[in-house]
Formats: sequence, C-alpha cells, structure tokens
Amino acid sequence: MHFVKPLAILALALAAGAAIAKDVALLNVSYDPTRELYRDVNTAFALDWKKTHPGDNLDIKMSHGGSGKQARAVIDGLEADVVTLALAADIDAIAAKGKLLPADWQKRLPNNSAPYTSTIVFLVRKGNPKNIHDWSDLVRPGVAVITPNPKTSGGARWNYLAAWAYASKASNGDGAKVVDYMKKLYANVPVLDTGARGSTTTFVERGIGDVLIAWENEADLALAESKDKGFQIVVPSISIRAEPPVAVVDGVAKRHGTQEVAKAYLQFLYTAQGQTIAAKHGFRPSLPNLVDPSLLKAFPKVPMVSIDGAFGGWKKAQAQHFDDGGFFDKIYSGGAH
Amino acid sequence: MSFVPALRMTAVRQAGPLPGLPLALGMTLVWLGLIVLLPLSALLLKSATLGTGWIKVLGDPRVLAALELSFGTALAAAAFDTVIGALIAWVLVRYRFAGRAFFDALVDLPFALPTAVAGIALTALYAGNGWIGRWLVPHGIKVAYTPTGIAVALAFVGLPFCVRTLQPVLQSLGAEFEEAAASLGASRWTTLRRVLLPPLLPAMVTGFALAFARGVGEYGSVIFIAGNIPKVSEIAPLLIVIKLEQYDYAGAAAVATLMLALSFVLLLLLNILQKKLAHGRHV
Repeated sequence: MHFVKPLAILALALAAGAAIAKDVALLNVSYDPTRELYRDVNTAFALDWKKTHPGDNLDIKMSHGGSGKQARAVIDGLEADVVTLALAADIDAIAAKGKLLPADWQKRLPNNSAPYTSTIVFLVRKGNPKNIHDWSDLVRPGVAVITPNPKTSGGARWNYLAAWAYASKASNGDGAKVVDYMKKLYANVPVLDTGARGSTTTFVERGIGDVLIAWENEADLALAESKDKGFQIVVPSISIRAEPPVAVVDGVAKRHGTQEVAKAYLQFLYTAQGQTIAAKHGFRPSLPNLVDPSLLKAFPKVPMVSIDGAFGGWKKAQAQHFDDGGFFDKIYSGGAH
Repeated sequence: MSFVPALRMTAVRQAGPLPGLPLALGMTLVWLGLIVLLPLSALLLKSATLGTGWIKVLGDPRVLAALELSFGTALAAAAFDTVIGALIAWVLVRYRFAGRAFFDALVDLPFALPTAVAGIALTALYAGNGWIGRWLVPHGIKVAYTPTGIAVALAFVGLPFCVRTLQPVLQSLGAEFEEAAASLGASRWTTLRRVLLPPLLPAMVTGFALAFARGVGEYGSVIFIAGNIPKVSEIAPLLIVIKLEQYDYAGAAAVATLMLALSFVLLLLLNILQKKLAHGRHV
C-alpha cells in the first residue's frame, strides 16, 4: 500500500503541468446506414479533441439500428450522450416521452440540427429493363417495388413522403388522386421489410423487385458493394430533402458530465472536416461551401420538397400519415390487391 | 388468496408416502408466480389501461388478419411436424443404420440455431434466385414472401418437439407389440392403427401442442421470409412490434393479450385431449 502515496504525488505533479488525465466515454445512438460515416467521424474527432484536451482518453461508442427502435431504447433507458437519428420525429419522441431534452432541441444547431442531408432515389437492375425513370413508372402493372414498412422504418417514411410529394404535384393536389396513386404504389410492393437495410438485402441479394426506393447513400453503397451486378441509380423528377438530425441528450450527458465533449462532437460535424467526411460517405453536406467542389459532383441535382414546406413538419406528418388510422393504414385498408 | 391455507391443509392431511409436499408445492407456486405469472399480469395490467380502445383493437381487420395468419400457419406447421416427426422418430428408434447418431443429433439443430439465421437461410433457399426457389418459382409456386413461407419457417423451428416427445414412448413400447400383432395375423395397416397409434397419440398431441406454441410466438425466423404485407403475410408478433414503434404500448399489450388468451384456450384443449387419450389407453 505504501507505493500508492508516491504515485498520487506523481500524478498530482503531472496534473499540475497538464490537464488532469481522465477517461471520457461518449455513446452515440444512431440509425442504420451511418455505420461507415461515424466510424470515420469518430476517428477524426478523437484526434481533434486530443489537440485541445491532451489529457483526455476519449472513447466513442456507437449503437446502430432502426431509427424508431433506437429512439425507444433511449426513452427506455439506453444511456445515449448524443443521438443522430433518421428523422426529427424520433428525437421529438425522446423529448416528449423521455423528457431528456427540451422540446425546441432542433433550434440549437444550424439547419434544423441536420449537419448533412440526403434524398430518396431509385436503384434499378442492370440496363433498367423495366424502363423506370420516374415515380409514375412505379405504379405500372407488373413493376415490383421494394421499400420498407413506414411504420417501422424511418427511411421508409421518407420514401413514402417523397412518393406523396410527387403524386401531389402530378395531380395538382387532388387528394383522391394522391391516395389512389399511393394505393397503386403499395399494391406493387411484394415485400415490406422492417428496415432500410432489410429492403436493400431483399433487392440486392434475393433478387426480388424491379426497383428499390432508397436513401441516396444507401443506393450508392449498394452500387459500390455489388459492382458485378451492374445496378443503376435513377434520379426521379422530384424527391424530398431528408434531414437526419443530431442532438445532445441533456438528461444523460449532464449525469455523465459529458456535456462539453458531446456538444463539441456534434459541432465537429459542421466543420470543414466533418462536412467532407459526410460528403465522402454519400451524405449531402448542409454547408457545401466548406467542401471541395469535386466531392459535390457525386450528388445529382434533383428538385426537392422539404418536410416543413410540403407536410407542415414531422409532428403533423407523423400524425396524418403514419399513426394508427392515418393515411398509410387507409392505403392498406383495402388489402393488397 | 384464501385458497392457499386450504391447500396446505389438504396437503398436510393427505401427506402421502412422498415427503416434502408442502415445501415442493410452495417452491413450485413461488417460481411459477415469479417467472410466468408476474410478467403476464404486468401485460394484462398494461392492456387494461386501454379501456374502450379494446373495441378498436378487436375490430381492426388488420389485427384479426394477423391473428388468423399466425394461428393458421402455426397449426398447419404443427400438424405437418406431427406427421413427419412421428416418421422420423420411428425410423430413429426402430432401425439401426450408419449415421443414425448423426441424424439423431441433427434433429436438435433447429433449437440451437438463432432463429434469424434460420429465417435468412430459408429465405435465401426459397427466394426466386435460391437453390430451391429457382425450380419452384417458374412453375408458379411461391414460398418465400408468402404465408407458405411462414409455415415452412414454423415447421423448421417446431420439428424437434414432435420428434423428441415421441422417441421415449416408442422406445418404451418395444418392437414386441408390433411383432405380436403381426404373428396374430394383423395387417400392417391394422397394426399401425390399433397397436402403434393408440399409445403414441398422447405424446403426439403433446408434440403438436409444443410445436404450435413455439410457432405462434415465433418472430425472428418469420419476418425474413414472410414479406410482411398487411393482411396478407403480416404475423401478429410483427404487429406488436409495429405498435411498439408507434409508442402504442397499450395497443401492443392488447394484441399480446389476445394472442395469449387464444393460445391458452387452445393449449388447454390440447392438454385435456392429451389426458383423455392417455387415460383411454389404460382402461
């Protein structure tokens, strides 16, 4: 026991020179297709943090899964210091049901707290045999469409809303025609997976369906991972600006004493370095002027509606479309034809 | 709670030749209470918060379709397993052949395999580009992403029950009965029907009940092969998960309670049937 005292003195002496050495652990609870993105972000941020806090041993842990499931886990007690989810509605739920962060959390960071955005595109088979170019082609008889279940998948909700935005524009806002389009669309869906990755697997590995509606970065990834199969990306005439938001979970971070590092972690996403990493992983940087223009060429131009502009925000969209008795239930109430 | 002292009284008064009944009974009740009844009562309490919302759940065609699908496919798979399981058990017990121990061990594998792995493997086999699917789909036979696929997955996970419940009974039966029947001039069909089947039936019913119970609650293997289309291939456990995703805990508990009640009634009936069959054998 007598060697403890000299050690303590040594530690104190060291601490006097530099900052006090401490272990800092951060848990980032995220959704499915961000695995590759945050692997790189975490490495870069750890290096950056070390510059200003040389004494800290920073350890960033990740948890990935369907966005809704992840939100539920945080509400039920998963100790997330930060959440980086697929849609604002899921963080809203953490604020409303878990009381872990204020209701106006989305105003705390630029761009509705979305450091990167994405959009919805189509992935079709080699040579585009079914001649699919736009949303109108997805409701033709004999075209099989793969998209996950909006009740369980955040990505699927963006898919659904993008389709709705198209139908709404094509019919000049004629409600009955929009619902008719959506009915036809979902009647062409042979498999309704529970998550976006599941749908990609169904389309790519099982060979089911003629077109996959997917996140842009997910489609890019599928393209890169299976070059031999020769998939092609088709950009529709209109899509939706998907904003996957990020937030510090104050209730948890306060308890862990990680507020400062959690905040810095999210702000890092808005730096030139963070934005460049996002762009490299197929997410559209929300501050494009910070990124080398050559990286931006990978993102095709597509007119996009926004969730706030076209659907009055997530709260309204969630209640109108996806809650029990909403439009999605009505679309299926006639059964699949 | 008034039945507890009454129970103990009877137990003490009728203390039979076996010692330790009060202790054993007490332990049994405590453990059953903690492990089975406590979570179930929590479920019932949660679903009770639904109040009049129950009517909506009961009347929802999607819930009814999901329940029908879950119970229908579980019953079909259990029936299939009972027949095939009896055949497998009979072959494994009655015959001696090379690799018998290997095949015997194989029967348990569906227990050990994570259900998600089973689901993905079956889907890969039966999808249009899979080893089996590529021969079936051109003939218009679709298995993956249809209710048939669900039944296939359930038959896979339920099979060990139907084999393992039958094996010990067949073993204790001995081949002499069959030989005696044959020497008395019974045809093979009569032997099967009058000699073999009656003592086997109770065990077959037990196996059927276990396979059914396993199948009705199965989630992991099914969601991969089901297709999950509402009212067509959406199983009740998935509907529960969907309700949870919408933070509708009470609604999820309501569907779970419905499943539980239906399962309980069916299992109770099967238990009674099993007892009747077992009893009839001794008379």
